[in-house]
Amino acid sequence: MTTEALTTAAAAEPIVPGAPPPQPLWLDFWRGIADDNPVMIQMLGLCPAMAISNQLANGLGMGAATIFVLVCSSLLISMLRSVIPNEVRLATYILIIATFVTISDLVMQAYFPLLSKTLGPFVPLIVVNCIILGRAEAFAGKVKPARAAADAFGMGIGFTLALCTISAFREVVGSGMLLGYSIFGPNYEPWVFMIMPPGGFLTMGLMFLVMGWWGERKKAKRAEVHA
Amino acid sequence: MIANLSWIFFSTLLINNFTLAMFLGLCSFFGVTTKMDTGWRLGAANTFVLVMTAVAVWVLNTFVLAQAPYLRTIAFIVVIASLVQIVEMAIKKFLPVLFRELGIYLPLITTNCAILYLALTQTTRGYGLIEGIVYALGGGLGLTLALTLMASIRERLDVADVPAMAKKMGLVLIIASCMSMAFMGFAGMGSG
Repeated sequence: MTTEALTTAAAAEPIVPGAPPPQPLWLDFWRGIADDNPVMIQMLGLCPAMAISNQLANGLGMGAATIFVLVCSSLLISMLRSVIPNEVRLATYILIIATFVTISDLVMQAYFPLLSKTLGPFVPLIVVNCIILGRAEAFAGKVKPARAAADAFGMGIGFTLALCTISAFREVVGSGMLLGYSIFGPNYEPWVFMIMPPGGFLTMGLMFLVMGWWGERKKAKRAEVHA
Repeated sequence: MIANLSWIFFSTLLINNFTLAMFLGLCSFFGVTTKMDTGWRLGAANTFVLVMTAVAVWVLNTFVLAQAPYLRTIAFIVVIASLVQIVEMAIKKFLPVLFRELGIYLPLITTNCAILYLALTQTTRGYGLIEGIVYALGGGLGLTLALTLMASIRERLDVADVPAMAKKMGLVLIIASCMSMAFMGFAGMGSG
């Protein structure tokens, strides 16, 4: 490619400082699920991940609401990225996010009153979920809408997967049921501790321990190969 | 009246501790608690913002939001964000030393879920001005207690011999689980 072609290509797509490097859409999507999982790797959004994760149904509902807010606000922020002045961008992002959170809160109250009651204030608290503002600041505000949506969708799915893993574990161990169906039969003595607050910390801690063990094992194997 | 207020205070401080029982403000709970000084200072700043928020929310609920309850979330987050901004400017002007010590954690109070949670529950429980302030004090002191305890444990942990796989967050979360279990012991307090 000649220098001329390079400059015209650069002019067609202005480079935003700090913008993520270009890559295919499916990679943008996949990153949130695996390599950059918001809960497991980035440790964002821990509050909802532990607070409402004592039943799988709660995890699913929370995940769905978060995916909706994340995708919609990322899309809108990305579309408005050239209009939003840099100085007030955080306030604007928060307002956009709060709007979609209100929508999902009202929809949930209208169509899923039971779920809305169990999740309680944690639905409006999606506003202060650091994943959403983090994605807006690090990604959506700097790229085209398609990429922003792919990234938001991946992050949302990654968050929901983590949430479902934690909540399924806590529900099965803590009450012997999954989504209301008995798993271990009537003779199982439920480990009630797991659906109480300390169980949330413990499950999360065990998960990080397993991941730490896995990481150490990989490191040791790599050292062996090099040696 | 007094009995009611002290019940609100102690139940928020111990039984429904914002951090250890309600899982609020975990980002700063795990992120900042490496030194005891920063731990309790951040707790104090949070308490201050919580009390200011309680007053602001009472004003909003009494004079503005009765006509438009669907604007609650948006109104609260805007008020909290501007409140933190004002507090930050005031501390910068009048207490420059404290400002330097708190650093980045001061603006981050905006995204601490404990603040928005307080605003929302204060509304749903229908607390008045005094009750709101007591509720905020209890919640804030509870946060401070949890932050300080955690920071003091982690200061000791720095010199302890820990297996490599627990070095990062695993052990800290297990410790939090034990603390949370200890706080569960307060749950019987009201019924006895």
